[in-house]
Amino acid sequence: MRFRFANPPIDTVAARRELLDHGAGGYVSFEGWVRNHNEGQIVTRLEYEAFTELAAKEGERIIAAACAQFPVKHALCIHRIGVLDISDMAVWVGVSSAHRAEAFDACRFIIDEVKHRVPIWKKEHYQNGNSGWVNCERCAAAPHRQHDEHRH
Amino acid sequence: MSAPIYGLVLAGGTSSRMRTDKAALLYEGQTQLRRAVSLLSRHATKVFVSVRPSQTSDPLRSSQPMIVDSVPGEGPIAGIRSAMQTHPEAAWLVLACDLPFLSDAVLEHLIANRHAEAPATAYRSAHDGLPEPLCAIWEPHAAAKLAAYQAEGGRCPRKFLIRNNAPLIEPLDARSLDNINTPEEYTEALGGIGGGTNAGTMRLNIQYFALMREQANLARESVETAAATPTELFAELAKKHGFTLSRDQLKVAVNSEFASWAQKLREGDSVVFIPPVAGG
Repeated sequence: MRFRFANPPIDTVAARRELLDHGAGGYVSFEGWVRNHNEGQIVTRLEYEAFTELAAKEGERIIAAACAQFPVKHALCIHRIGVLDISDMAVWVGVSSAHRAEAFDACRFIIDEVKHRVPIWKKEHYQNGNSGWVNCERCAAAPHRQHDEHRH
Repeated sequence: MSAPIYGLVLAGGTSSRMRTDKAALLYEGQTQLRRAVSLLSRHATKVFVSVRPSQTSDPLRSSQPMIVDSVPGEGPIAGIRSAMQTHPEAAWLVLACDLPFLSDAVLEHLIANRHAEAPATAYRSAHDGLPEPLCAIWEPHAAAKLAAYQAEGGRCPRKFLIRNNAPLIEPLDARSLDNINTPEEYTEALGGIGGGTNAGTMRLNIQYFALMREQANLARESVETAAATPTELFAELAKKHGFTLSRDQLKVAVNSEFASWAQKLREGDSVVFIPPVAGG
């Protein structure tokens, strides 16, 4: 499984080991962290939820597309679900390849596609006691507005 | 001027996996053979049943005009070639005898998209993208090519169509050309024909996530519904639960795979409406 979910914190040392390859000359990883603010609101924690059966398939398709598009050795993505605190790692992507350029490109491609396509949702809890599902609440109130991308 | 269309129901198979004669299976009180013949008779000038020599006295088959396999060989190609020899002036709308979901619309669409200059016009399988030779129009001028193909040892009508670049048309819906080979598939088809094509209802499993789970105040539910497609189902459930997201903001999954809003739902399907995602 090159795309999977983790309930406990992500073990990046073990994940990185899965990418080792004698033909690899470089390795790039990306960590997405929980930030304490979003769009002017103070965020205290996040809650991730996923439609895991479909998410696993869609995630695997993204990794396969990355491996077909860029000459990489190995690629892996692990996403947390459940409640996360500020500075917790929400997602990890790692790519190994013969040369660095394709590892950077593939890593960027994977995280962008995962955020865009995989059925995972996050609920932000704010300091003022409110909460909201990112990309869902405001666009429900104003359906024609472009979805804001929540960036780490 | 293209050749007139005659209908041919292939009823010479051995039905070995079904363990009983597929032509005699009953749907809504009528045998599959009778259903196929009456369907064809609405779209073809004449209709024949293709049989093996040993089947000519079978009462079910002999109640229709028959064409007995006269060309050496086995399988559907023998039946098609025998029909072409009997009436070389005709194009043949050939139907297998195990397609219970066929409808007038399926045949009308095939005929409307007929390419008479090609050896045959066939549907593209919704399952593997390859031609469906046994719901297809075979043109008279395919006879020589078919004879040559069989002389080389070819037996597969599907490979023949691929090799001859037969034009393929897209099916109206994924299920219309499903065939029935086993007792289990037959049982399932009976449910589908009763519930899917009539105005009846079916039971669906709905799973909710994130904002929709909170608004429905449910993680899953089972509903008895007359909705034929995800579009209709969403309209029904949005009214019931007061969802704030509109359909064009959502995607839909059926049986854990992304699906079209227009897909025909089937008894027991699992449906998930997917609100805008926010991973990472």
